[in-house]
Amino acid sequence: MSLLAAQLPVLPIAIPLMVGSLLIIAGRRWPAGAAAAGLLALLANLGCAVALWQFTADGTVLPYLLGNWSAPFGIVLAIDRLAVLMLGVTAVVALACQLAALDGPLRQGPAFPALLQFQLMGLNGAFLTSDLFNLFVFFEVLLISSYALLLHRADRGALRAGLHYVIVNLLGSALFLIAVSLLYGTLGTLNMADLAARVPLASAADQPLVAAAGALLLVVFGIKAAALPLGLWLPGTYPAAPAPVAVLFAVMTKVGIYAIARVSTLIYGAGAGALAGFASPLLLYTGLATIIAGTLGTLAARSLRRLTAWLVVASAGTLLAALGSDTAASAGAALLYLPHTTFAAAALFLVAGTVAVARGPDLEDRIEVGNAPGRGVLLGSLFLFTAVAIAGIPPLSGFVAKLIVLDAVSDTPRWPLTWSVLLASSLAAVVALSRAGSTIFWKSPPSPQRVPVGRGALAALALLAAAGLAIVLWAGPLAGYMNAAGEQLAAPSAYISAVLAATGWVAP
Amino acid sequence: MELLVSSAIGLLTAGGVFLLLRARSFEVVLGLTLLSYAVNLFIFVMGRLAIDKVPLLREGVAPSLANHADPLPQALVLTAIVISFAMTAVLLVLALRSHAEYGSDHVDGAEPPAPEPRRRNP
Amino acid sequence: MNVAAPVAIAFVAGLLLLALPNRARNLAAIVAGLATLAAAACLWSVSGAVFAGEVVEVSWPWLPFPGADLGFRVDGLALVFGLLVTGIGALVILYARYYLAEDEPVARFHALFMLFMGSMLGVVLAGNLLLLVVFWELTSLASFLLIGYWQKRADARQGARMALTVTGTGGLCLLAGVLLLGRMAGSFDLDVVLASGDAIRAHPLYLPMLVLVLVGAFTKSAQFPFHFWLPHAMAAPTPVSAYLHSATMVKAGVFLLARLHPALSGTDEWFYIVTLTGLATLLVGAYVAIFQHDLKGLLAYSTISHLGLITLLFGLDSPLATVAGVFHIMNHAIFKASLFMAAGIIDHESGSRDMRRLNGLWKLMPVTGALAIVASAAMASVPLLNGFLSKEMFFAETLRIESHGLMGILVPAVATLAAAFSVAYSVRFIHDVFWNGEPRDLPRKPHDPPFWMLVPAGVLVLICLLVGILPEQFVRAILEVAARPVTGDRLPEFSLAIWHGLNLPLAMSALGLAAGASLYFSLQRLINLHEIVHLPRGGKEVFDALLGAVLAGARRCTKAVANGSLQRYLALTLVAAILAAGWPLLTQGLSTGAVPATPVTPLALLLWVLAALGAGGVVVLRHRRFVALLFLGLTGLVVSLAFALLSAPDLALTQLLVEVASVLLMMLALYWLPARSRPEVGLAVYWRDATIASVAGLGMAALTYAVLTRPADGRLAGWLLANAVPGAAGQNAVNVIIVDFRAFDTLGEIAVMGLAGLIVAALLADFHAGSGSARPRGDRTASLILATAGPVLLPLAVVIAIWFFLRGHNEPGGGFIAGLVLALGLMVPYIGRGNAWMSARLRSDFQLWIGWGLAIAGLTGIGSFVPGFPFLTSAYLAPALPIVGKISIATAMFFDLGVFLVVTGATMVALTAIGRVGATQSTAGAAR
Repeated sequence: MSLLAAQLPVLPIAIPLMVGSLLIIAGRRWPAGAAAAGLLALLANLGCAVALWQFTADGTVLPYLLGNWSAPFGIVLAIDRLAVLMLGVTAVVALACQLAALDGPLRQGPAFPALLQFQLMGLNGAFLTSDLFNLFVFFEVLLISSYALLLHRADRGALRAGLHYVIVNLLGSALFLIAVSLLYGTLGTLNMADLAARVPLASAADQPLVAAAGALLLVVFGIKAAALPLGLWLPGTYPAAPAPVAVLFAVMTKVGIYAIARVSTLIYGAGAGALAGFASPLLLYTGLATIIAGTLGTLAARSLRRLTAWLVVASAGTLLAALGSDTAASAGAALLYLPHTTFAAAALFLVAGTVAVARGPDLEDRIEVGNAPGRGVLLGSLFLFTAVAIAGIPPLSGFVAKLIVLDAVSDTPRWPLTWSVLLASSLAAVVALSRAGSTIFWKSPPSPQRVPVGRGALAALALLAAAGLAIVLWAGPLAGYMNAAGEQLAAPSAYISAVLAATGWVAP
Repeated sequence: MELLVSSAIGLLTAGGVFLLLRARSFEVVLGLTLLSYAVNLFIFVMGRLAIDKVPLLREGVAPSLANHADPLPQALVLTAIVISFAMTAVLLVLALRSHAEYGSDHVDGAEPPAPEPRRRNP
Repeated sequence: MNVAAPVAIAFVAGLLLLALPNRARNLAAIVAGLATLAAAACLWSVSGAVFAGEVVEVSWPWLPFPGADLGFRVDGLALVFGLLVTGIGALVILYARYYLAEDEPVARFHALFMLFMGSMLGVVLAGNLLLLVVFWELTSLASFLLIGYWQKRADARQGARMALTVTGTGGLCLLAGVLLLGRMAGSFDLDVVLASGDAIRAHPLYLPMLVLVLVGAFTKSAQFPFHFWLPHAMAAPTPVSAYLHSATMVKAGVFLLARLHPALSGTDEWFYIVTLTGLATLLVGAYVAIFQHDLKGLLAYSTISHLGLITLLFGLDSPLATVAGVFHIMNHAIFKASLFMAAGIIDHESGSRDMRRLNGLWKLMPVTGALAIVASAAMASVPLLNGFLSKEMFFAETLRIESHGLMGILVPAVATLAAAFSVAYSVRFIHDVFWNGEPRDLPRKPHDPPFWMLVPAGVLVLICLLVGILPEQFVRAILEVAARPVTGDRLPEFSLAIWHGLNLPLAMSALGLAAGASLYFSLQRLINLHEIVHLPRGGKEVFDALLGAVLAGARRCTKAVANGSLQRYLALTLVAAILAAGWPLLTQGLSTGAVPATPVTPLALLLWVLAALGAGGVVVLRHRRFVALLFLGLTGLVVSLAFALLSAPDLALTQLLVEVASVLLMMLALYWLPARSRPEVGLAVYWRDATIASVAGLGMAALTYAVLTRPADGRLAGWLLANAVPGAAGQNAVNVIIVDFRAFDTLGEIAVMGLAGLIVAALLADFHAGSGSARPRGDRTASLILATAGPVLLPLAVVIAIWFFLRGHNEPGGGFIAGLVLALGLMVPYIGRGNAWMSARLRSDFQLWIGWGLAIAGLTGIGSFVPGFPFLTSAYLAPALPIVGKISIATAMFFDLGVFLVVTGATMVALTAIGRVGATQSTAGAAR
């Protein structure tokens, strides 16, 4: 590999860090330039994701020794299919977020592009690192950036939501630290690959401690992933975020999902001896419960953004249930469902935000009669499109994802239960969305003032729609890739050896 | 000694958790701070207890666990302390702002619909 | 290729039409019409092969697993159905051109219409079951938009939503059923599925699969008890009804029955479920239709009843019954479409669809009348019309039921009764509208419509006649080719003669006609039919009640669970954490290790007491916040002493500094928060929280003790200690880890620190005394002390900071500690003298410090790319300097410089922000 290619794995973290800090220095002086620089950096980031995909598509796991110190002593990045998938999804959503922010009320906040860069740094770091404590650090980075973005325009709603969000996550961080250090105290290492190698060797007396640590980790990630009953903060928080930020938040729950997938398959996976897969049933039932909660919330929601937030909860449940079904195929299906639900939710948040702006402050996006947004036609069709996608109606990505999940779980013992819950929830989504749509777009008289849909928002929606359509058009190859990723998760030996065997570079 | 440390951590945790569950933002801040003390101590002692074994390496002293405390948990705690300090600052200012906005320092931004609590300090 | 083309053409035309301006009436109609004809032509082009008995297929791969290919497939059934869909579609488009008003979004109508046609063609031509489901759902979606075309009308919106919900439910069931079916057959490819009927029927999951698939079909075809959505769908513009509810949408269900007939039928389950459903639907629909006063309502219920008849035929499951079913699908499509058109014309010209007002129109619109009469005669299955033929076959088949006990009597009896009803409502349609007195206060004086609006109905009626009079010549070939695949190539001999001699079926027809006619007239004469307001209870009411209950339930549950109370969420999270961590410990047992205990030192004991005192003080005195804060400070101090005692000087220092900083922060914040907490409400809450807290505390204590009594695994520690000096030229192992071994952690850490600073600044930027309900509280004595101390501390702080920074790599200290020292030194006068005093002396934008700090740290990392090493690889040389002693100029030092800048910057940004508020507050305080 060429010199830059060799450094590729760290770029998704280094680029946003550098651009972000430069934007802190210079951003306030040239707001326009800041946005442009931000966009360029985001494009570069997308490029990195693509390049890394090329290196890892064949199943290779790329290690990268930070500070040239090998694991478990230093911190090692490891890029496998799952990591690349998360990088790619995040890159797209971040791009959409920056685009949407161009015409939003956020333009006057020049800090926004900088904050977005650090948000990206945190997310990418979390996806790439193979070190559990380092994962904690990057969780904190992405959390504090998300606080910054959420409070970017500190209006009343955002303040309360922010307070809840921060406190809940502080508790989460405390639990995370306890779990990580407990693992260090019992197994004497922090690197996930090394942990994976040592968990099976744990003595019978140590196993309860190791299991407790793992369960705590699941709770921590469950808070991020909005699993019942840990995710109740979400429906109150996301709707308070400015639309472009909500777009980005669509990916935040997926960090929790990612961490759960990583830890439960790598450290507590098939190779974990007595503790192998101890989390799976927990995940399955939590997931199903979360779907039900999210579905009820969807039906109960009185505003579009809240409805979307609950849909996010339900989709998190779907992902958990698929992961908990505990076959390589179901994991692969979850990984295909993940980008779909992320893009769709992001788009719906954006549409809802635009609707809220178009209908004016006293109606916003509430599901009540009055002021059909703008001329309705454009926004209406945008809403229809995203609603169809997220409700899993053919022919958009939602149906493909739903189909593959249903098919994948049908080999598992609990398939009738899983099927009923999944199908019922998508029916509920159809009911809720059609009610909301016909109330806001059909029943309402057109609003007097015409608020045009911003160019940035349109660009963002176009990007997300394109991403969603890509999932439909290349469903075959994608599903293949996801399946391979699922198998890679189910058999983590390659990951483990790649991380532990990697040795430092010698001077050229 | 082990018992002392463990019970101390337990006490701090209990106090922190109890305060964390209070309704007033400031008390929550206090609680989270107590909790962070507990957690930091916990991380720290995961490297086991060591007295007079400062992890400063000197010529003539073999650089090993026999003569030095485990430095790794100490480094982790340093990171944890800094992060929780930063977070506390943010939370504090947030609490301050939301109190100003809502005229109440209740974490839900509004006084609970309860029998009007009597003011002790007019 | 031509196999997939019709679908593609329809969709492309639809999207094209979406782009057209809404007012382009003629253009829109022309585009739609031409597209439809093109689609039909594509089908026609393969008809030769199909009539020759071929199955023309084309397929592109899409989803290798579960195995959804873009497969299209034309056999006889698909061909005939496709021609029906396109042919009637073309006629409806022509009709709609004259039906729709100028001021309506006509282009959108045609666009949606074409999208629907595409979906319907997809259902018909799909060669892969999953693809069929895709198009099936699309028909539901498109019909939702078409029924809701008149958005402003409440009945249109409700009708559309109801149709979507009911058919959507069916669609999901169908999806589940098809997934099961595919697993049984081993493929979703239609050829395979149709070929593996035996395997399917033998499969243990046959019944659940069958039920799921049938629910899909029945909801679509408005079978009892799912029939209620169809009458409400009549809110759609009449062209939509004429198309969706005669030839397409509702026919999709019975088409599915026909399509899967070879694979699913032939079991008792099939016979009873399908036959009885059909029978019930046949009877209920026909009976209710009689009492409809709305023309379209009558037609809707008659459609339901005829669909029941078709379903019943497929249920009977004999080859001839199947043929009859296919035949009646065609006949019904043709006469029902023309009847809807006639109804639409009458509505369009007279402004009313109410049969209690529409009377005696024969004199006013004879042509329309003639067409309507013939069509409804076909509906009543009068001889010499197409309806008669299929009805005859139907009667004959009902009489052929052997076995199945009572069914042999029940079915023919009910069939005859239903026939009588259908005659009754057909007669009513004619007599009420065209005779039976004079029109009653109609909005407009009706007259025959323009010629081209009559043509479509005319064409269809003509077909009714041709088929009815010359069946052998006109329809046999078509019927054979359509029915063959449905019977699984067991096509029976059948006769289409009008006269089979005097036999029981003929008697049943005659009886039906006579009884029906007399029923109607007796109803009309004896009990005035117009007085009877017969609103069928049931379907809609149940549906609404159910939906309402679900929504209310959802609201209640959601409110109960997510009530927006942070305390509840935190409690839940804590309980979850305790359970999660506690479960393995309790079930598998938590044992302590064998490591001998370290002796207790008196100092340790003292610290323990102080810590307990501090923590207890905070908890007990939390309401008196300044006091609580002091106890918190005490606790923090104890913790830092504990670090010192347990040989962690860096931690002790850092903890101490952070403690000072955060206590100061909290003091400043307390200017703005109430000095005391209000007493809380509810003792139960206390006990709940106390329990959670004590369990959590016990748990943590237990965990700690369990670990502390176990031997440590010193692998990492040993390596780090051994390599600190040789590997990273640092004697302070902790600092080496911070800036070298795990510098990546530190990078993230300072990012957090820096962002925290920015957030604080942003949050306080637009905040000042009197913003919101902000009122300063508390006294400033503390700050006065600091004010005097300030000037002395500052220079001292600078010196100490530099000293700490330089020695950090080898002695306790480093960038972070240095930064905090400097920041504290700077902040003290800030608080004391306020913003103005300080910024006069020190002008620096600390946000830049943050930026530069992060940049420098980052650059240090990237710097190691140059010699070709990974991010953050360090290089060093270690000279000895006077005073500070031996230091190491490591690249790690630049990194540490970054840390230093960020920490100072962030802390200063935060404190100056609060300090500034404090300053404005003091003036505000003076003002009051």
